[in-house]
Amino acid sequence: MTATLLLWSIFLAQILLVAAMACATYRVLRGPRAQDRVLGLDTLYVNATMLLLTFGIRTGSTLYFEAALIIALLGFVATAALAKFLMRGEVIE
Amino acid sequence: MKRWLPSPLLTAALVAMWLLLTESVALGSILMGAILATVTVWGFKALDPPGGRLKRPRAAFALAALVFADIARSNLAVVKIILNPRKTERVSGFLHIPLDMRAPYGLATLACIITGTPGTIWVEYNSANNTILLHILDLVDESTWIDTIKGRYEKRLMEIFE
Amino acid sequence: MTHLADLPVWAAIPVALFLLLGSALALIGSIGFVRLRSFYERVHAPTLGTSMGIGFVLLASMLCFTVLQSRLVLHEILIAVSMLVTTPITLMLLARAALYRDRSEGSDDVPAAPPVHTAAPPAQDSAPPV
Repeated sequence: MTATLLLWSIFLAQILLVAAMACATYRVLRGPRAQDRVLGLDTLYVNATMLLLTFGIRTGSTLYFEAALIIALLGFVATAALAKFLMRGEVIE
Repeated sequence: MKRWLPSPLLTAALVAMWLLLTESVALGSILMGAILATVTVWGFKALDPPGGRLKRPRAAFALAALVFADIARSNLAVVKIILNPRKTERVSGFLHIPLDMRAPYGLATLACIITGTPGTIWVEYNSANNTILLHILDLVDESTWIDTIKGRYEKRLMEIFE
Repeated sequence: MTHLADLPVWAAIPVALFLLLGSALALIGSIGFVRLRSFYERVHAPTLGTSMGIGFVLLASMLCFTVLQSRLVLHEILIAVSMLVTTPITLMLLARAALYRDRSEGSDDVPAAPPVHTAAPPAQDSAPPV
């Protein structure tokens, strides 16, 4: 009983998160400007982190936690570098 | 003591982080965490960070609780704005706010609070006249927002950091 | 999926609720990201997901693993802390980059740059290079 409830709610949560990722991808593809695309990429990272956590609950494995942590941290680094690039047109100066 | 352990709070936070990451409180991981944290703090001090420290830890906890409640409230407000089909009435815009606080860590905390709360974002800081530029999603009344930022957060942050 | 059946009802219901709440907040934030009109309005949308959205999902994960493994599983706090610290930095950097780009294009929608006080030129080393 509880397993069915949980399975369905995890499934629904994953569908919601995939829809959220689709919205973010729409912004990455459509723009209109470069900062919109970078912001879309950042949103995509956060949603991917959440999706990995739901996979972790579904499979009962803590391995997904580590992947989620790494995605969260690398997403920050990537967005910071891209924002720096937008500001000056160069990453290393 | 001061030389070997320059900033005890940061060291303790790093040890706690290491223990959470390894998921154990065995003697070995505590020792390893202590060594790593000490070396990291030395490296951090070599970067010559600006001075200033937490003066009132209890007030900091009270502020954290307040910010948590505010984040929950503004989450609800932003959800309402996004799901509202009528788009016309809401005005969003930039807002200049003059500050009295100069403590660098206080300013950094204020930036994190403002940006972490949905609906407001810190855009720019002008150190020449100590003014910040915010962008606010629902700018109904400018003076209300100025009162919120200055009376609710800045006053408490000045108590904590100055 | 046998491990999910081990979860008692009092834990299963909050886990399901937190998961749905968190992902719904993330979805609403992303919908706002598509619907809002200007970039500066869109910057506000992802904070829904990065504040309460991921908070609820992390709570669900903590509760689930704590009950399943019958020990305190708290390492999700690390993701929460890193989100709390990094999101303001990325959003601020992006907003400043957008402002800089709009100003350099001479857009009227953004406030003008503050007047720059030209600092005195740095003092030259008195000793000439040998």
